Parts: sequence; C-alpha cells; structure tokens
Amino acid sequence: MKPLLIQGGRIIDPSQGIDVSGSLLIADGKILWLGKGEAAPPQPDYDVLNAQGLVACPGFIDLHCHLRQPGDEEKETIATGTRAAARGGFTTICCMPNTNPPLDNQTAVEFIKSKSALEGVVRVLPIGCISKGRKGEELAEMGELASAGVIAFSDDGEPTTNSRLMRQALDYSRAFDLPVIDHCEDKALTEDGQMNEGVISTKLGLRGISDAAEEIMVARDLALAQLTGSRLHIAHVTTEGSVELIRRAKEKGIKVTAEVTPHHLTLTEEKVIGYDTNAKVNPPLRTKKDIKALIQGLNDNTIDIIATDHAPHTEADKLCEFDLAQFGISVFETALGSLMSLVPDGEINLTTLITKLTQEPARIIGNKYGGLGTLAIGASADVTIFDPDLEWVVDTKDFASKGRNTPLAGERLKGKVIATIFQGNLAYKDDSIKVKVK
Amino acid sequence: MKTTQQKDNPALQIKPKAPETTIWRHHHILDVDDFTPEEIELVFHTTKAMKEVLSRPIKRVPALRGKTLITLFYEPSTRTRLSFELAAKNLSADVANLSASVSSVAKGESLIDTLSTLQALGADIVVMRHPRSGAPYIATKYIEASIVNAGDGWHAHPTQALLDLYTIHEHKKSLKGLKAVIIGDIMHSRVARSNIWGLTTMGIAVTLCCPPTLLPVGLNEEPHQLPQVNVEPNIELALDRADIVMTLRLQLERQQSGLLPSIREYIQLYQLTEARLARAKPDALVFHPGPINEGIEISPAVAHGPQSVINEQVTNGVAVRMALLYLLAGSQKQ
Repeated sequence: MKPLLIQGGRIIDPSQGIDVSGSLLIADGKILWLGKGEAAPPQPDYDVLNAQGLVACPGFIDLHCHLRQPGDEEKETIATGTRAAARGGFTTICCMPNTNPPLDNQTAVEFIKSKSALEGVVRVLPIGCISKGRKGEELAEMGELASAGVIAFSDDGEPTTNSRLMRQALDYSRAFDLPVIDHCEDKALTEDGQMNEGVISTKLGLRGISDAAEEIMVARDLALAQLTGSRLHIAHVTTEGSVELIRRAKEKGIKVTAEVTPHHLTLTEEKVIGYDTNAKVNPPLRTKKDIKALIQGLNDNTIDIIATDHAPHTEADKLCEFDLAQFGISVFETALGSLMSLVPDGEINLTTLITKLTQEPARIIGNKYGGLGTLAIGASADVTIFDPDLEWVVDTKDFASKGRNTPLAGERLKGKVIATIFQGNLAYKDDSIKVKVK
Repeated sequence: MKTTQQKDNPALQIKPKAPETTIWRHHHILDVDDFTPEEIELVFHTTKAMKEVLSRPIKRVPALRGKTLITLFYEPSTRTRLSFELAAKNLSADVANLSASVSSVAKGESLIDTLSTLQALGADIVVMRHPRSGAPYIATKYIEASIVNAGDGWHAHPTQALLDLYTIHEHKKSLKGLKAVIIGDIMHSRVARSNIWGLTTMGIAVTLCCPPTLLPVGLNEEPHQLPQVNVEPNIELALDRADIVMTLRLQLERQQSGLLPSIREYIQLYQLTEARLARAKPDALVFHPGPINEGIEISPAVAHGPQSVINEQVTNGVAVRMALLYLLAGSQKQ
C-alpha cells in the first residue's frame, strides 16, 4: 500500500508530550515521520488525507468491551463490534470473557484471536476468566490463558464473591504480571436492583443499587491487593466513595488502576425517568455529585483510564418492562462525542482526555503487543482523526454495532471521529472526507 | 338521530357541568404526580356528577357509547378491576377483560405484543395493572389508546389516590392544612407513593410511619423529584392530632425477606388499634386500600369502627373512575 500523509492537523500524542500542528506520514503499517508546521515529508510518493481543523492522535484503546462472540451473535459479533469500535476511533479493544462458552481456556482465546484476525478491522485483545466457567469456584488455568495472549483476568459481570478465591487469583496472576480486573458489586445488596438507589429509584418505584454495594467490594479488593502486592484493576468506577478509596490506596502505594466509562462521566440517574430501558446499565448511572468526583479522579490520576464497557443488546432485550430489560449500553460509537462535552467547560482538557484513551490503557496492557498508544516513529500506525467541533445527531440506524441500545439516541453531540487508521489501513472513514490519491 | 335525542334528554345528562376554566390535558392516567390542584378539583367536580348518576334508578349514561375499554391485568385484583368494569359499563362503554393467567401472556407473549393486539382489536382505553414499575409508561409508547394505570409495581396507583382524596373531600370542608399519616409498608406500596403526591398537591401534610426497613430511601433530598414528607417511626407520635390515617396492606413475605423480625412484632409496634387511634383527632378518618389483613395492620374494631371510611372508599372508587374515564374520553380524538 502507498504511504499516507495525514496533512496539516493538530497532532496530539501524550506519550511523547506532543501537541503541534503538523503532518504525519505512515507507511508499511508504521509511523514513518512526523513533521511540524508546513514541513514536507522526506519522500514524495504518498496519498494525502487533509486533516485541516482536525485532531490526529494515537488510536484509542478500550480496556473493557463486550463483543458477545461466541454465544450471543445476535447481539454483536467480532465483525460488527470491531467496525463499531473503528467508527468510535478505537484501534485496540479488549473483550471481556463473559461469552458462551466463556474465555476460560486456551481454545476459546485462540478462537477470538483467529476470528478477529479474519473478520475484525481493529486489534482485539482478549481478557481471560479468573475462574473456570466464571463460576467463582476455582481458578481458571491462568498460566495457559496468559500464554495464549490474554492481557488481564476478569469474571466480568460476576464479581469474585469469594474473598479467598480473589486472593488466590491476585497471588497467582503475579507470575504473569497481568492485572486482575474486578466488577465490584456486593450481590447480596444489589439483588434485583434496577438503578441507582436514591430519590429517583423511590420516585419510580424501582429497586435500588446502593453506592455501598460497589464500595464494599472496592474496599475488599484494595485490601487484598495490598496483602498480595499484585496488580488490581477496578472496572467501571461510579461512586464518589470508590474514588476516595482508590485515591487513598494509591497514596499507600497499592498497585491499583481504575477505569470510568463515558456514560458514568456524563449521564445521571435522571436519564431513567420515563423508564428508558436504554439507560439501564450496571453499575447504574449515578448522581451529579458522583460525576464531579469521577472527573476529579480522572484529573488527579486516581482514575487511570476511560473504558467504554460497550455492552450491545438486541432490541428485544430492551423492548420490555424495565425490570426485565438487560443491563448495558452500546457505547463505542458515541464515546468520543459524549466525552468531548466535558472539554469546553474545562472539566477535563483535551490532552488529558486523549491520555486516558491512549497512553494510560497502553501502560496497563504493557508491551506484549508492541508499543501501543503512541505515534512514536516505528510504532504501529494506529491513528484516530477526529473533528473536535463537528456537531452531529446520534442516529442508531447509522451504527455499525448490532446494539442500538443507547440512551443518547436522537441527542446532539459535538466531536466526531472522521477516520480511524489501524496498522496503516483505513478501518473507518467518515463520508465527509476523501483521501486524495496522488 | 339517537345521539341528538340523548343530548336533549335531561335524564341522560351529567350534572353539574365541569368548570369551564380547567382544561383536561391528560390522554393517559399514569400517576397523580403530574396533576395540578385544579385538575384534582375537576376530578372532584366530575365525580360528584357521577355520584348523582349512581343515585338514579337506572345508573347509566351514554358518555362512552361506542368506546371500547379493555382491562389488562397482570396481577390479581378484586375491587380495582370490578370497579373499573362497573364504571365503564355505567358510561355505556363496551368492556372486555384480559387476564394474564388465561391469555397468551401465559404462553410468553411480550407486553408490547399484547398491547399491539389490543390496539388492533380497537381498544380506546386500556386499564392496566402490572407487577413491574413503569410498565404502563412503556405501554404508552406502543399504543395509541389511553392507558389508565390501575397499579404498577411499587410505583403508582393513581385512581386509588384520587378516590382517597375524593373521600377526604366529602368529609372535610377544606383539604389544605390537614395532617395525614400513612402507616405500613411504604417502600413497596404504590398506594403510598401516589397518595404522597396527591395529598401534598392538595396542601395536606404527610407523615410516614413504618419500620425503617420499609421506608424508601432519598426522601426529602430533592423536593422537585419527590414531595417533602415527615418521617416518624413511632406510631403514637405519628398519629398525634392526625386528620387522616391511612393504613396499608402488609405483604406477609416481607418477614421472609428479613425486613421484619416477625409479624408478631409488627403487630405490637404498628397495628392501628383503638387506643392508638385515640391520639388522632376525634374526627379523623381511617383508610385502607384493601384487601385487609385484619388483626395485622389494623384491628377489626378500627376497620369496622365509626371512623373507618373503608367502604366509602370502595363506593367512591366507581364514581371517581367514571369521572376519569369520562374526562379521558373527552380528550380523545373523535
């Protein structure tokens, strides 16, 4: 393939501390050259993608998504999920193992890898189970999973209720230097819970899910991480109390990282008023107070990364009574637009936002897959190009994801991915932009 | 021709006419949280007219002639369903009943599909009871017919709240400034939720009295989301100088789920007895939405005593529902 010049954009690469206007040349799937201002590339033969007024940054990395394959192909497949990811600017996505069968063995992980190589348009990195069958009873063969290429262990959706097993998982995983990711939820407290517990759950007559249900497990996991000295990653943090617990743990030197989703950063429990099942998600949308704490946590690095928890579902899964609807939001294609709403008011600056979507998740994944999340010369040419000012209306008919389940349908967002380049190839391109072939 | 004759026939007219000033803007009746005091007054006014109809030897007016009303009940009900059916028949509507247990719902048909079927069958009004909070709200998105919520999960029971308010209105000169106490399982009660909205909208102060395990969370945090209420777990203190005492049915499974140590202790602490009722005002009214667990939440002496308006609630239920159906029919496109 001919080299491609991304010409005249704002290039932001937190991994190198770069924020310049300039051009980027990619060839043979690698970053070949970065030139400031009007600098001309070192070679004359290339196609041109005009990035005037656009931002070019390392491809986004998502540490938490659900691709539903194998087992729930009516909700999503690797083919549709990776296309949705590309539309959202993600070039690396880490899929959770709550498939059917679950990713608790080498064969299942190999299936994900080969399927994504054949049908995917971005990089898919699997996460393996903590326990066999995600049952929380005995450890999965974590060593074999590690050698098959998983980047972390998690029984996502099923918190590891048994504290002894969680301790064993943390201890055992240390041999492979991979983190254990926990979905923090005390199930005894959240049984049949539908939404955040508080004034709105009372108003709507829905059973609540309290802050405490999350914080109890966060506190337990932090204690176990301290005990074992192992790497812990807290999935989708949603409460002010969890942020405080993680902040304190980091001060003590506990090896913990944490993520927050675009929806928990931008939407409150009030989205549920009217019983919109597309606003039903676990952990639930919380309150303004929590959003404030989450943003503060991002800014002071208590929360390391933004992850989508992209959870596609079929229409039938959501077209029913609120209590019966599945939990989850289809996030890939609205993630950037949602997050950019935090930038104009200075709640988070653009560079921090990009850091949390690129450099930081790359740091958690490590170097196993080469240098990710960077535009350094020689790195894989994974580049996201977006228009920070473009306003658009969310129309789920345009989604590449099979999951149309978003509470943002019909809403106006500002900030849109224009092109996503994965290993030097265009994985997604907005209709508005043309690559000029020289 | 017939219609004209009926219009001219004074015996078939509903009197008094509704006040011209209040415009009825509800296409559905989902809860009382979106009712203004004026709209509630309009319901009172219309209910009074309906009570006059009910006092006639032939209790029937043609207000809903040609309209089809379907009751769709996913939960058992005696009085609410019967009350709606009688109300609709008194207004000359065609009434059909669908019970979840005997219909294709038992075969796994979804709520949305069932509603589409009712739509296709030409329902103008669907009276719906459902064990899941919010089900009637979801229904409104898939059906053009007016939905009347006859109780959804823990959320709302608007016609119960309106008939309770009407019963108060019949006994008290003015509602504003009265003190109401709601005793029992508030957390799981749609009757309590709708009554909190209805009572406070009419200027009645509400005190909730229950074990803290049965009290919903988030009260008095955001007044624009939920009205201000008082909370008093001690029944003697809660009843002090009350004008209205509302008792709720205690679902016996609350004890099994650990919210109560025992029914025996609940009776000791929260049963409305004559001695406790004596702390309320002498003319205090005693309510219960039924069905009653006599001897649990309320003593038989109080339930059947001089201050009980439990039977009036049932009677007024028909008139209030007639009023609401009448008002709804007027809001529908002809």
